[in-house]
Amino acid sequence: MLTRRIIPCLDVKDGRVVKGTSFVQLRDAGDPVAQAAAYDAQGADEICFLDISASPEGRSTILDVVERTADQVFAPLTVGGGVRTVDDAERLLLAGADKIAVNTAAIRDPSLIARIAERFGCQAIVVAVDAKRRGDGTWEVYSHGGRSPEDLDALAWCRRVAELGAGEILLTSMDRDGTRSGYDLELVRAVADAVTIPVIASGGVGTLDHLADGLAIGGADAVLAASIFHYGEHTIGAAKAHLAARGLPVRIT
Amino acid sequence: MIAIVDVCSGNLRSVEKALAAVGGAATVTRDAETVRKADKVVVPGQGAFGAFTRGLAERALEEPLREVIARGTPYLGICLGLQILFDSSEEQGPQRGLGLVAGTVRRFQPTDHAIKVPHMGWNQVRRAAADPLGDAIGDGAHVYFVHSYHVVPDDPRVTVMESDHGGGFCAAIRKDNVFAVQFHPEKSQRVGLALLASFVRA
Repeated sequence: MLTRRIIPCLDVKDGRVVKGTSFVQLRDAGDPVAQAAAYDAQGADEICFLDISASPEGRSTILDVVERTADQVFAPLTVGGGVRTVDDAERLLLAGADKIAVNTAAIRDPSLIARIAERFGCQAIVVAVDAKRRGDGTWEVYSHGGRSPEDLDALAWCRRVAELGAGEILLTSMDRDGTRSGYDLELVRAVADAVTIPVIASGGVGTLDHLADGLAIGGADAVLAASIFHYGEHTIGAAKAHLAARGLPVRIT
Repeated sequence: MIAIVDVCSGNLRSVEKALAAVGGAATVTRDAETVRKADKVVVPGQGAFGAFTRGLAERALEEPLREVIARGTPYLGICLGLQILFDSSEEQGPQRGLGLVAGTVRRFQPTDHAIKVPHMGWNQVRRAAADPLGDAIGDGAHVYFVHSYHVVPDDPRVTVMESDHGGGFCAAIRKDNVFAVQFHPEKSQRVGLALLASFVRA
């Protein structure tokens, strides 16, 4: 059967990994290519780069990072951050990315999702949705890296992007991101129940049980995490062993 | 030289690099003569079936591909490079394929909400028949899939690997010099590289 995926995510700025790491075996811990290769060696099911460069010059460095990663990492690679046009997506795909994540640009112009899906297939387009709880128990979509409220209901937006041809939803809880208190499981469950495309849970992982909960309770198809892997607390292999012990189907390498 | 046929641009670089990693000299090409002269041909492809068949027509690659397959040149199809071999696909269709393998391409129609479409991620394959290339992948190995449609051969004997996604489906076929897989060996880490290495050596 289809296994649940573990996806380590690296924030990249101006071609360098932003958050510190304790991959002691790496000669250059700030090199995203070296980190991606290390995660690949640990058995990561996919690797995600989120480009948070603020300038066009910084942005252009991600293409080189993607090319060098594709030279040596033979696992699926998702790249997001600053993708505004079909041409932006094409440049990343030709450089060696398998999937492109869009967020703010898709909120501004939802047809971007359909246009990328028509050109490269729905498997190539991931829509990243940043959601925050409202007082009434629903969730609101935020854009611009979680800074701007959009007065858009997260469940309605997720259904819409699925209809437009998104292949997958990368769902981040703004309430939980950075808290290490676990995924917003109600949010994950609500979205997983609302759409028929795969959902990646993100935001709030602090323990291996949080990963398992996102899959077993949230119903996510994949879990994305950053700090618990970057800081060397847990390897991908240890995480998979934990998920397997919780009865979840994983690929043990 | 192995020709990686650029029918419908996308991530072909990964296929080229994966072949290089196992010692295969390959070139990405949309040139008919290069395809005709190649020792081996790889046809990768993602995206929509219709866009792929249009790419074949616009780049005048259909005839060269038919020629090299008829001549016995080893052919490795990946994803749409598998589906295109069949008679037709129901994707935005029906749309006609090359008709080299009898059968159709159908969308997954899961009845269980837990079964998502696209089928995206790592799934196990099992051997349905012995095959010089297919045997490079062990029974029960995990490989990376990403697709919403799957092939349904009329003759079950062409199926050499199967997988499950809300029911069994054909994951790889063999017909003479043609071997084609639904999954992505170039994205399947060591398991995928083993398959590509067999293709390079064969």
